[in-house]
Amino acid sequence: MPYGFVYQFLFYLFGLIAIVSAAVFVTRRNPVAAALWLVNTMFCIAALYIMMDAQFVGAIQVLVYAGAIMVVFLFVVMLLNLGLPPSVADIRGKGARIIALLAGLVMLAEVLVIARQKLPAELAWLPRGTNITTPITEPLFRAYLLPFEITSVLLLVAIVGAVVLAKKRS
Amino acid sequence: MVPEALFFSAILFVIGVVGVLTRRNAIIIFMCVELMLNAVNLSFIGFSRLYGAGGQVFVIFVMSVAAAEAAVGLAIIIAIFRHHETVDLKNINLLKG
Repeated sequence: MPYGFVYQFLFYLFGLIAIVSAAVFVTRRNPVAAALWLVNTMFCIAALYIMMDAQFVGAIQVLVYAGAIMVVFLFVVMLLNLGLPPSVADIRGKGARIIALLAGLVMLAEVLVIARQKLPAELAWLPRGTNITTPITEPLFRAYLLPFEITSVLLLVAIVGAVVLAKKRS
Repeated sequence: MVPEALFFSAILFVIGVVGVLTRRNAIIIFMCVELMLNAVNLSFIGFSRLYGAGGQVFVIFVMSVAAAEAAVGLAIIIAIFRHHETVDLKNINLLKG
């Protein structure tokens, strides 16, 4: 399937947003703001994955990276009380709030419009019988079965290690 | 599509390296490491378009290793914070000669 202009444009756009967000992330002083910019980068990388026919990995990226790992980071920042005080951190004035309100209203309108649309019963461009997880799970559970099992042991060790390290000594 | 993905991946990796080398907050350095892992994942996905789905399998492995690393690393940071009352790497120099 040849890729159209819109596809190319969106690919470059998501890549550009990812790079700009990463650059802003590195330069933020406030750890909470930095973490949120990094979440933005990860969302854009997930979009790039999906555009490169790795839909399953894109979903996992959103769920695991942006959803779980970054929440753990934010949780630790909050736990250690590392965020700057509100007088330093909250630098947005009235104009930014109005822009944020307008952007939120536009997105709400988009959601309402999309929610009223009826999806076609069958997506036209996807050939019947296409399965996006089979090409990944086939090697994962056959050729890479031993690494897969080792990964589960690794996760167990990591959980135990994290609990032991973070436990308060009494 | 693939050359652009590799280009984005390289730039994101470099940004992560710059963050690791220039920042002093341990948590932000950790986030930079996550960014570098993400950049590597992006090039894995790009190459998986050329050489088959094995790259996507590796991305899943990298993600699980990153999750384990984040759990252990943040636990270490919490332990250091209990001891030093800071996560600034400038003040953590016990091993310095």
